[in-house]
Amino acid sequence: MAISDYIPFITPRAPRFVTESGAAVYGIVAEFATPASVYHAAEKMRDSGFAKWDVYSPYPMHGLDEAMGVKRTILPVLVATGAFTGVGLAYLMQWWMSAVDFQIVVQGKPYGAWEPFVPITFEMGVLFAAFTSLFGMLALNGLPRFNHPLFRSERFLRVSDDRYMIAIEAEDPKFDPEQTRAFLESLGGTDIELIEDD
Amino acid sequence: MTSLNPDQVTAERLAGLRAMPTAPPAPGTGDGSLLDDPTVRPPLVLNNRTPGEITEIVCGYVENPPGKWWWMLFGLTSTLAGVGTIMILYLIITGVGVWGLTSQVGWAWDITNFVFWIGIGHAGTLISAILCLFKQQWRTAVNRSAEAMTIFAVICAGIFPGIHVGRVWMAWMLAPIPNSNIIWPNFRSPLLWDVFAVGTYMTVSLLFWYMGMIPDFATLRDRAHRRLRAGSRTLGTYLRAYVFGFLALGWRFSTRHWHRYEKAYMLLAGIATPLVLSVHSIVSMDFATAILPGWHTTIFPPYFVAGAIFGGFAMVLFLLIPAREVYPNFKDLLTLHHLENMAKIVLVTGWMVGFAYAMEFFIAWYSVNEMELYVFINRATGPYWWAYWTMITCNVVVPNVFWFKWVRQNPLAIWLVACAVTVGMWFERFVIIVTSLHRAFLPGEWHMFFPTTVDVLTFTGSVGIFLTLFLLFMRFLPMFAMAELKAVTPQGDPHRPEGGATEQH
Repeated sequence: MAISDYIPFITPRAPRFVTESGAAVYGIVAEFATPASVYHAAEKMRDSGFAKWDVYSPYPMHGLDEAMGVKRTILPVLVATGAFTGVGLAYLMQWWMSAVDFQIVVQGKPYGAWEPFVPITFEMGVLFAAFTSLFGMLALNGLPRFNHPLFRSERFLRVSDDRYMIAIEAEDPKFDPEQTRAFLESLGGTDIELIEDD
Repeated sequence: MTSLNPDQVTAERLAGLRAMPTAPPAPGTGDGSLLDDPTVRPPLVLNNRTPGEITEIVCGYVENPPGKWWWMLFGLTSTLAGVGTIMILYLIITGVGVWGLTSQVGWAWDITNFVFWIGIGHAGTLISAILCLFKQQWRTAVNRSAEAMTIFAVICAGIFPGIHVGRVWMAWMLAPIPNSNIIWPNFRSPLLWDVFAVGTYMTVSLLFWYMGMIPDFATLRDRAHRRLRAGSRTLGTYLRAYVFGFLALGWRFSTRHWHRYEKAYMLLAGIATPLVLSVHSIVSMDFATAILPGWHTTIFPPYFVAGAIFGGFAMVLFLLIPAREVYPNFKDLLTLHHLENMAKIVLVTGWMVGFAYAMEFFIAWYSVNEMELYVFINRATGPYWWAYWTMITCNVVVPNVFWFKWVRQNPLAIWLVACAVTVGMWFERFVIIVTSLHRAFLPGEWHMFFPTTVDVLTFTGSVGIFLTLFLLFMRFLPMFAMAELKAVTPQGDPHRPEGGATEQH
């Protein structure tokens, strides 16, 4: 009995490719020697119509996301929403506490005057926006995710140091173990490796 | 290199067994980063360090035991911190009477220390946020440690308003939490604005610092896992693999992730910029909204912000100049060019602060307000003249040595000026607070303030807490933003020949 017997719609699809040992294939990775070579390989990957692929580099390489054709992120919209939520909640809280729930005379000023509420309203807007930008970024990236098939590769662990890699997932409709390997070789990739899925 | 310890080079280098090869710099350029030609950008990383070497330099000291100097300094600062903690406990148990406060001078060293520390905390976010928006790439060498320093300074700052309220166990009533008295905090008080401003600043600085470290945590995690796979079984390797692994949240250096990460970083920088300016403005309103002569001035918000940046940069220089001496190869990442840039910022903000001092005096005379003018003349010539002239000497006179190029390019000279500025900025807050309070409108209300031993030990205790936290940071966390440094090296640029580019773009 597996969980998917009870919840049929999460039934994992059969893997498209399996290795000789019967494990599902996550994808294929190739290493590139220099930033320029991975950059130009990424341009060719983008033009050849792959969908589920990624470039791994130890730092945010300038212009690489455009070379890959990455869509612009929706993050600014989320952050703006967060900021306005903070502003609204902070103003509402101060107004309700000072002017509605418990009115106290302070220096004879009106209970609901907006001017003294400005600093805290601003600060809370900043606070909510900051939380949204960090956690929004992580959520859009699908993090935290502590395990990943790529971490199986010994070579992949060197990406965080000074290596550059391209990975193509087996889920990509254009993926084929033999042809994709040849394609990566033609782009200048070395040490091409098939990665097993978890 | 061995297969078991891929960082044997680093281990040997840190043990003083070998130096990494360096090429002699061109004559007349200091360490190679001081170029007279303004059309040529000085190198941000010296000796042609590759991304791999940057990883080695920055991770090396995290993964290897520290030298004797570290233990000696740590012993000293943690003793100070311990004494400070005992003083705080003594204050809580006994009451604020253990300080030298009187009914006349109700704020003295406590709030001086608060404003001093919170001011220091402004340089970190300024470097990370404002210099990021202005695309000042030299910030990559200093931003990590400046942000760390910010957080530690804000921790020290947070102690003082918390304990000076007298009944510390009631401090939670600052938060808008329903309580048995039914009433809410007074949102028309700048003291409450301050609670929100400092709280937000602390949280946002922490998020900013943490986000910048996620990729570097992942680098340390991967290095530890590589050692585990090679057969290493030491406790340190396990701890690094799992602690850094947890903190890195599974970051895997994907370009699709980097795209969102860079956007998030720019957004955080954009919202942190007005935040930096707002926090010290709000701190200044604690004083400026009071009707006390000497405090009731409109110049306070910009004057406080300039002073905060001034004092904060001085503290960054105070900490980083020794750090680049004790850790081998740090001079390749933190060059004389960086130090000169920060010295220039100290000079500029020093003049802003000097201008504010002069303008305060001018307005006191121009307002034809007898009380206001008296306070200012009393500051300069009254019983606290020595504090006033220490402030003027340290903040207005001393930084002018930075007009001379050879001073700006000499780390020891910069460090001495940074010490002077730090002292001067503490005295600035003391002068503002105590000289305004110690003489009220009637001569019968004139009293002097005398600090007690507890006052002095609590302040030195906060210095101890600050330095202890910074030493722990130097030992256990990546002190440089590795990913950002790699991105600004020519070897990391796909459009430069060093990065493998063949045709010209």
